[in-house]
Amino acid sequence: MGNTPPGATSDETDLLLDVRGLTKTFGTLTACDRVDLDIAKGEIHALLGENGAGKSTLVKMLFGTLTPNSGEIRWNGRPVAIRSPGEARRLGIGMVFQHFSLFEALTAAENIALSLDARTPISQIAERARTLSVNYGLPLDPDAHVGDLSVGERQRIEIIRCLLQEPQLIILDEPTSVLTPQEADKLFETLERLRGEGKSILYISHRLEEVQRICDRATVLRHGKVVAHCNPREQTPASLATMMVGSSVHEVKREAAQAATGAVLIEIANLSQPAKTPFAMPLKNISLSVRASEVVGIAGVAGNGQGEFFEAVSGEVRQAAGTIRIRGVDAGLLGISGRRLLGAGFVPEERLGHGAVPGMKLSENMLLARHKSDARAFLRGGALGVIDRSAVEATTQRVIKEMDVRKSAEDPEASALSGGNLQKFIIGRELDRTPSVLVVNQPTWGVDAGAAARIRQALIDLTRNGSAVIVISQDLDELFEISDRIAVMSHGEMSATIPIAEATREKIGLLMGGADEAARAH
Amino acid sequence: MRLELVKRPQHSKLFSALSPFIAFALTVIAGAILFALLGKSPTAALYAYFIAPLTEVWSLHELAIKAAPLILIAVGLSVCFLSNNWNIGAEGQFVIGAVTGAMLPILYPALQQSMAAMPLMLVMGALGGAAYAAIPAFLKARFNTNEILTSLMLVYVAQLFLDYLVRGPWRDPAAMNFPQAPRFTGYAVLPEMMPMDGRANAGIIFAVVAAVLVWLLLNRMLKGFEVKVIGMSPRAGRFAGFSTTRMIFFSFLLSGALAGLAGISEVAGAIGRLQPSISPGYGFAAIIVAFLGRLNPLGIIAAGLLLALTYLGGEAAQISVGVSDKVVRALQGLLLFFVLACDTLIHYRIRFVSAVRDATEAKGNV
Repeated sequence: MGNTPPGATSDETDLLLDVRGLTKTFGTLTACDRVDLDIAKGEIHALLGENGAGKSTLVKMLFGTLTPNSGEIRWNGRPVAIRSPGEARRLGIGMVFQHFSLFEALTAAENIALSLDARTPISQIAERARTLSVNYGLPLDPDAHVGDLSVGERQRIEIIRCLLQEPQLIILDEPTSVLTPQEADKLFETLERLRGEGKSILYISHRLEEVQRICDRATVLRHGKVVAHCNPREQTPASLATMMVGSSVHEVKREAAQAATGAVLIEIANLSQPAKTPFAMPLKNISLSVRASEVVGIAGVAGNGQGEFFEAVSGEVRQAAGTIRIRGVDAGLLGISGRRLLGAGFVPEERLGHGAVPGMKLSENMLLARHKSDARAFLRGGALGVIDRSAVEATTQRVIKEMDVRKSAEDPEASALSGGNLQKFIIGRELDRTPSVLVVNQPTWGVDAGAAARIRQALIDLTRNGSAVIVISQDLDELFEISDRIAVMSHGEMSATIPIAEATREKIGLLMGGADEAARAH
Repeated sequence: MRLELVKRPQHSKLFSALSPFIAFALTVIAGAILFALLGKSPTAALYAYFIAPLTEVWSLHELAIKAAPLILIAVGLSVCFLSNNWNIGAEGQFVIGAVTGAMLPILYPALQQSMAAMPLMLVMGALGGAAYAAIPAFLKARFNTNEILTSLMLVYVAQLFLDYLVRGPWRDPAAMNFPQAPRFTGYAVLPEMMPMDGRANAGIIFAVVAAVLVWLLLNRMLKGFEVKVIGMSPRAGRFAGFSTTRMIFFSFLLSGALAGLAGISEVAGAIGRLQPSISPGYGFAAIIVAFLGRLNPLGIIAAGLLLALTYLGGEAAQISVGVSDKVVRALQGLLLFFVLACDTLIHYRIRFVSAVRDATEAKGNV
């Protein structure tokens, strides 16, 4: 099974949490198979694994939202059954979720009050939150409305909410996926301080550098089984990745960046758009052109206008004439179908419910994005628009094969696929028609390492055929890996692009934090 | 022992098809218990309800007459409901369709002698129903009003308008002050199919043709795909380049037209004239039919016949067994309840967890 856990032989009383042989099955799928995990007091313990490796299932069992089929959980040496999140909290287990559960229209303190059982007055909660935020170096104004806060600040609310319950074990689920490098550094300081106080942290991540930097031990899951307990500092990112994936991750190959001289395929000029809801981001005077054979990356912390930018460029929200030109044709007034007919392809961030209809089959989801661009192949009967199912299905199977989409049935519903496999399908659906312009939002968000590498390689390969690609991503590693130029979105504005040779993490990180004056002068 | 619902990875095709039948079987069992509690013989009552109306030819004709408007309306509603547009006002569109269709024989009685009368009346009825449905559609598209409320309220407007017409300007002078319009004659009467056997008219043919056409639309054409995408995920629909606004109008106009067609068919067929009340709530019962038929037009044909049967059976049972006609409502309610409950089986399977295994599991948790 792997190495022996270093902590296994130490004195039992040092162990805060000791999990033995925890198993959870869903139907025929064993999501967690005899998982062992132990966490000492005052330890930051990493839980590593690809998507679908069983991390969430394991954590849900620890937090009481799922009941294990068998196995044992010992807390401070005493066997316990955790039947509900309330019980987990009473034991001293706190959790900070990856997707925040905050009401945007309420203040930070009000949000915190909602999750506390006792009827403590808001002013008292605000006071305690303020004290905690000072003590742990998590600057936060309890009276601020959540809607006005950045993602990093929202996460702080979640962390403070968790700390107010004085937990002994804090579970953090992918905490840095939405933070700027600077914000992440702050978070790490807080975590170290908590460790210094003897609190334990279970840190779930697939960012190997972070795990090596702050975690004392790591437990690696693959296909629901523990493949290794190790000290991440004694490993290399490559060896950790190999443990997670089970084979070495294939590196993206690309030619050295060179100044692109091809034709401008998509040109965005002075694109502005007012905010549609109090919580949406306006777009402010965005200009960007991308040439053939070029990948332009757009970095930025989530919620800085990337979603609005995507919808404006895709034509889901129509724009003024002249703001967007695709292959030289003014596409501002065109809807998404018109822009597709000009040769553009789009991959939105949300897979289920935006890029695909969850309850529809893959072949129907093929038709979703291509009924207009491939009308000649997919439809018969002229105005009647009779669907040629065999043609749609053949194309679907071609994409499935090309992108190595793994599925349980011949033509399953989109919701039956794992996130990574559905993303491979959605990207493959566009690549299959070789779009001359491809705009992708968060191509590998929540996708496991193997699939992510495949997706990135596919994007690079597309530019070899002379296409222009815009990649919007929060993952800086990804952008540095595939982009020729990088621009940063912050508060609805876009910085000038920085050629990859001149881009550094510090530069981009500062721009992400909103300090784009220097770049604007450029 | 306890029961657990386990989510299926894929929805079950088998149970999609079986669920209405299981529901019907459960309704029959529950109905038998109900009759037994009322002190009636369950077998006699069930026979009167579900078998007796099927044993005589004239009664089958009545079944077709009752089923036709239910099916026509429900088929249109299925397009609405699938696209997430909640048209609850089919009853009103039915009435307005009857009124606009009846304009021809009432205002231009001479035209009743022309072969073109019936086709014109049908077209006018459909257009009238569609126009009336366009009101809630426009309000929803333009002002984002709740179409459930607006379409429902317009039902009462339509009913009172009809009431006004037949008591006022359109009252038949020869009707001894009865509030009714003149009887249609000549080509303005919907022809009966087999006049020797019973009253069934061409309405049931319209219903079946409409069901087949809408089935083709929903299952074979891009437009039907658009209906389903917008209903299941409006945001994905926008990504596909489909317009939700256009879909509001499409679904309301289509269902309004079919309800209007049902309305004019009813007054030109079974009733033969306009009168204050022309529908025993077909527009509302069709909502049940649409869901019983799983929003599938072919399923709706069967569901429409079944619901029509409970109407007829209710009348028969009232006479032969002596149960209240309110029992019909109870049976219809049970049927709807069981259908919705059985639909759970499409997405979930039931697992029996034995007490013994339960205990060992609990032990494992400690």
